[in-house]
Amino acid sequence: MTLSRIGLVLAALIVAAVLADYAALLSGATAADLAALLDDAYLRRVIVFTFLQATLSALLSLGGAIAAARALARQSDFPGRRLILQFCALPMVIPSVAAIFGVVAVYGRSGWLADLSADLGSDWKPTIYGLTGILIAHVFFNMPLAIRLLLPAWATVPPESWRLAAQLGMSSRQIFRLIELPLLRQYAPAAFVFVFILCFLSFAVVLTLGGGPRATTLEVAIYQALRFDVDLPRGGALALLQTLACLVLVAIAWAAGRRLDFGRGTRLGGIRFDGATPGARARDFLAITLAIGFVALPVAALTADGINGLLFARLDAMALLKAAGVTLLLGIPSGVIATLLGYPIAAASDRLRARKPAVIVIGIAGLAGVIASPMAIGAGLMLGLAGRVDLTAVAPIGVVAMNALLTLPFTVGVLRPAVARNHAQYDRLCAGLGLSGWNRFRVVDWPMLRRAIGLACGLASAAAMGDLTAIALFGSQRLTNLTLLLYDQIAEYRLDSASGTALALLALCLLVFAGIERGVGGRQ
Amino acid sequence: MSQRAFLEIEGLAFTYEDLVMRFDLAVDAGECVGVVGPSGAGKSTLLALIGGFETPLAGSIKVDGRDITHLPPAERPVTSLFQDFNLFPHLSAADNVGLGRDPGLRLTADDRAQVAWALGEVGLAGFEARLPGQLSGGERQRVALARSLIRNRPLLLLDEPFAALGPALRAEMLELVDRLRRAQGMTVLLVTHDPNEAARIAARTAFVSEGRVVMFGRTPDVLGSSEPVVRAYLGER
Repeated sequence: MTLSRIGLVLAALIVAAVLADYAALLSGATAADLAALLDDAYLRRVIVFTFLQATLSALLSLGGAIAAARALARQSDFPGRRLILQFCALPMVIPSVAAIFGVVAVYGRSGWLADLSADLGSDWKPTIYGLTGILIAHVFFNMPLAIRLLLPAWATVPPESWRLAAQLGMSSRQIFRLIELPLLRQYAPAAFVFVFILCFLSFAVVLTLGGGPRATTLEVAIYQALRFDVDLPRGGALALLQTLACLVLVAIAWAAGRRLDFGRGTRLGGIRFDGATPGARARDFLAITLAIGFVALPVAALTADGINGLLFARLDAMALLKAAGVTLLLGIPSGVIATLLGYPIAAASDRLRARKPAVIVIGIAGLAGVIASPMAIGAGLMLGLAGRVDLTAVAPIGVVAMNALLTLPFTVGVLRPAVARNHAQYDRLCAGLGLSGWNRFRVVDWPMLRRAIGLACGLASAAAMGDLTAIALFGSQRLTNLTLLLYDQIAEYRLDSASGTALALLALCLLVFAGIERGVGGRQ
Repeated sequence: MSQRAFLEIEGLAFTYEDLVMRFDLAVDAGECVGVVGPSGAGKSTLLALIGGFETPLAGSIKVDGRDITHLPPAERPVTSLFQDFNLFPHLSAADNVGLGRDPGLRLTADDRAQVAWALGEVGLAGFEARLPGQLSGGERQRVALARSLIRNRPLLLLDEPFAALGPALRAEMLELVDRLRRAQGMTVLLVTHDPNEAARIAARTAFVSEGRVVMFGRTPDVLGSSEPVVRAYLGER
C-alpha cells in the first residue's frame, strides 16, 4: 500500500471519527433544543458578541500587520529583519495561557501600564477584563501571524516591478495604490478570514479575559454547558450551532481563494527605491517598532515577572513539577501522533490532488480541528463516552486524541509544501531508478524532509503542550498540566505563583520545540 | 574626436561578488549600439547603472553633456526595458502604457489619445483593455515599447528584451525597434546574447568581458575580430 493510500485511509478514518462525534452530538441534542437555543436572549447576546469580537480582532490584527509588513517589505536591509520575522513566529509557539499572563502583567489592574500611570501621578487604572482584554490578546497572537501571512505577497512582486516604479517616478502613495493595494486584495481576504476563524474559536483568551457573561463566546458557552451546568444536550446543541458557523466561515475562506503560505517564503527580491528616502525610512522604522513593541512587551513582562516568581515567590514546587510531567506526557505523544498522521495525509493531499472526492476527504481531515471547532469535537467525544466508560479514567487518552486532531492542521500545513516539492523534483528520477516504498523514504524523502518533519513535530508538540481546550474539558484535580494550573492561578488572581508557572510552561514548550526540531530535523 | 558623444561613460566602477567592473563607452546620438559578451561579463550591470538601478562606486555618466550619475531613475533621460516583467499584471495594456504619462494613472482625455497612438505605433491598436495575461510574450514587450514611446526619453536601454521569443518574432521586434529609433531619433543600447541580433540592427557593437568594454567598433569588425575573447565567445577557436 502506498503512502498516499495510507494517507487517504487515515483521512477517511478521521472524517468518520468526526462524523461519529457528530452523531453523538445529534443524539444528545434535538431540533427542539436548537430552536430553544435561538430563543434564548442570553445566547443571542453570546452569538452577537462572538462575531463582534472576532471581526474587531481580525480588523485590528490585519490593519497592524499591513502597516508592519509593508514597512518590512520596503526596508529589506532593516537591521535585525530576519530576527524580527522569527520573532513574529513566537506568538504561534507561546502557549496561549502564558501569553495571556504576559498581557495581564502589562495591561492588567496591577501591571506595567498601571505602574506607569501611577508614576505619572494619575489614578487611572486600566481595566483589561472584557472586550478590551480580548482584543489586546487576539491582536498579540494574530498580528504577527498576519505579518507572516501577508509578507509573501510582496515577495511575489518581481524586482523589475520596483525598478519600473522607480523609472516611472511613482511616489510611495502611488505605489501603494497601484501595486500594493491590488496585491493585498489577493492576499488579505484569506488572511482576514483565517484570523477571524481563529478569534471566533478562541477559547483560552475569552475564558481568561472575558470576565463574565457579558463577554462570552460560543466556544466558552459550550464549555460552560458541559463542565459547569453538566447539561450535555445543551452543550451538544451549542456545538452544532458553532460547527454550522464554522462551516460557513471555512466555505468563505475557500471562496476567498489563495492558498495561505505558512512557509518561510519571506525572502524578498529587489530594492525598493521609494523606501530609501529619510522620511520613508523613519515611517517604516516607526511602524515596525510599534508592531514589534506591542508583541514584545507581554513577552518581556512574562519573562521578567516569571524569573522573579520562580526565584522569590513561594511556590508549590511539587505541584509545578507534577504538572510539568503531565504536560510532557500528554503533549509530546499528541505532537508525534499528529506528525505520523500528517505525513501520509500531506503525501495523499499532493498525489491525489486531481481526484475531487479524495481532495474533499483529505481537506476535511486536515482541517477537522478548525471546521469542527475544538470544543465541539471534545463535546462529541464526551457525549459518546458518557455512561459507557469512566470519564476520568480515559481522560488522558481524550486529551491526547483531541490535541492530535487539533494540531493536525499545523503538521499537514508544514509538511504538504515540502512533500509536494519532493514529489515534483524527484518522482521521475526515483521512477527511473526503481526507488519506491521504504527504500525511497530512506534514501530520498527522509533526508530531504527531516527538517520539515522536525519542524512539524516540534510545532505540534509545543502547541499541544500549551493548549487549554482539551485539558479544560477533560482535566481534573488528578489530571492537571501546566496550562490548567496556570489558568487556575490566573483565575484566582494569584499572579505571583502564576508568573512562575507561566515562565516554566513557556520554557518547557520552547525547549521541547527546539529539542524536537533539532533532534528530528538534524543540524543544518 | 570632433564632437562630443551623446552618451559618455567614464571610469564607471562597480563590484558584484568577485567581479570588479570599470566601464568606458561613448555613444553618438541616434545610433543603435549592440552590447555583447559572455554571460556574467557585466552587460546587464552596465545597463542597470545607466538606468539608475545600481549606484556606481566611481566614475560618471553624461547624457548630452549633463551629468546624470546621481539622479534617481525617474529623472534620467532614459527608459529601460527588461527581459520580462515590464508590465504590471493587474493593469490593462492602456493603463500600463499610461503609467508613462502619469505614474498615478490620473489620465486626461489627451493622455488617453496619446496611449492609443502609442499602441497603434507598436501594432497593437485596439488592445487597450487587454490584461498582460491575455497577451503573448511578444505583445507584452510591444506594450512596454509603447510606454517607452510615450515617455519620450532620448535613450532606450534594452536588456535582452526579446530573448524569450522565437526567431521570426524576434526579427520582427528588432525591426520595430529600429523603425521607432529612426522615427523618434532615439539612441538605443541593446544587450543581447545573440550576435545575429547585433548584426541586424546595431551599426556599432561594444564587446564586454570581465567588467570592461574590451572592444568597441563597427559591428562586423567586432564580430569578425580575431581577438581570442571574441573568438571564444562566438565558439570558434
